[in-house]
Amino acid sequence: MQWDWGAVADFMPHFWDGLLVTLQALALGSVISFVLGLVWALLMRTPSRFVRWPVGAVTEFIRNTPLLVQLFFLFYVLPEWNITFSALTTGVVAIGLHYSTYTMQVYRAGIDAVPVGQWEAATALNLPLRRTWTAVILPQAVRRVVPALGNYVIAMLKDTPLLMAITVLDMLGEARLFSQQNFQFTEPLTVIGVAFILISYLASVLLRGLERRLVR
Amino acid sequence: MTDPGSHTNPPVDGSELIRFDHVTKRFGSNTVLDGLDFSVDAGKHVTLIGPSGSGKTTILRLLMTLMKPDEGTITVAGDQLFPASEKQVREVRKKIGMVFQQFNLFPNMNVLRNITEAPVTVLGMSKDEAEQRARELLDLVGLADKCDAYPTQLSGGQQQRVAIARALAMRPQVLLLDEVTSALDPELVAGVLDVLRDIARTTDITMLCVTHEMNFARDISDQVLMFDSGHVIESGPPEKIFGDPEHERTREFLGAVL
Repeated sequence: MQWDWGAVADFMPHFWDGLLVTLQALALGSVISFVLGLVWALLMRTPSRFVRWPVGAVTEFIRNTPLLVQLFFLFYVLPEWNITFSALTTGVVAIGLHYSTYTMQVYRAGIDAVPVGQWEAATALNLPLRRTWTAVILPQAVRRVVPALGNYVIAMLKDTPLLMAITVLDMLGEARLFSQQNFQFTEPLTVIGVAFILISYLASVLLRGLERRLVR
Repeated sequence: MTDPGSHTNPPVDGSELIRFDHVTKRFGSNTVLDGLDFSVDAGKHVTLIGPSGSGKTTILRLLMTLMKPDEGTITVAGDQLFPASEKQVREVRKKIGMVFQQFNLFPNMNVLRNITEAPVTVLGMSKDEAEQRARELLDLVGLADKCDAYPTQLSGGQQQRVAIARALAMRPQVLLLDEVTSALDPELVAGVLDVLRDIARTTDITMLCVTHEMNFARDISDQVLMFDSGHVIESGPPEKIFGDPEHERTREFLGAVL
């Protein structure tokens, strides 16, 4: 086996395309999982059992079935009901939805960790419930959960290659395509491996910076 | 000196402001308040003393609507607080302010915003007006220079004084003080008590305190209520309760804490 810099150079244009797709999937998947996870967490705290029960059942189901199965389901089954999205959109939705069932638990822990005295002070000041959430509880809860959410961003990054299974050309998809066409496997796979490490590292540095700014 | 106790329609001094009728509160099988009757007149400073677990703090928490009684009625300035609709509770709650043992300042807001948050969002005060009033109140509690500080940057005594200012900013008719110096380092207690003495002396606000600071109770109280096992076993002016208690339990209790 010989390392061929020429193959690296040939692969790079495809690599940039794949990188863009991976970063898109990661960014949008993160946003969806952060927002949806918070929605689930809040719904799980409503007094109505008729809201909590279905939300609990659906999220439990999603959390305990493989992401790959969910990807296939959304990509191959939904079109039979005349619901079609592009492969990348489907992938982003699947990743965001899947991880939202994890982030909801992070949010729940963060909300539970806000001392009961904060709720009592808000009541004593007669703050409306909505304002208590938006001005007092959530700012404190979110601050606490940033490190844990960051871990899920890294986990999501490592799950983005699954999108290849529904024809999305992410970094791994591009690498595989290139390998099959050129019979050169080492170079493209090494390049994307290094890219994954660099993205993980950059993300963790960014998150640590964010953490430091938020901790008070 | 500003007037932190001023409110839109002050009750007539001496009229009944708070009334508990046959209030019972249980926690599981433990009956904390057992058919309690008691009332507080407007403008009075009333101190609740007694051993821990005798139900003193529960009274304040019931008044602040942090919990509901199992039986009985609670009335504040003629309006029923329990039983009552959520809307009515919100209305009555406007008349009541509370300072907690653990301060409970909002750590995500600076001092100024801790104080202005409720006047702006609940009373609909303009931001400028609320801030100006907050600065006056901070001046009153001796922390005029701490507007921009965050709670974690303050000592416990300073946090508690901000909490007092925050409660007063809502212009309550009643101020509930729940063991406000119990969580403080000993050297910080005096500063907080001085502020409260000042407020007691210069305003017409009604105060209801639970405290273990007997000297403070003696200084500010018009009336002292001795609690034991969910009942008021003795009440009277501080000179009487501290000087010549009638009940055996009161003598025992005071003997242990003084």
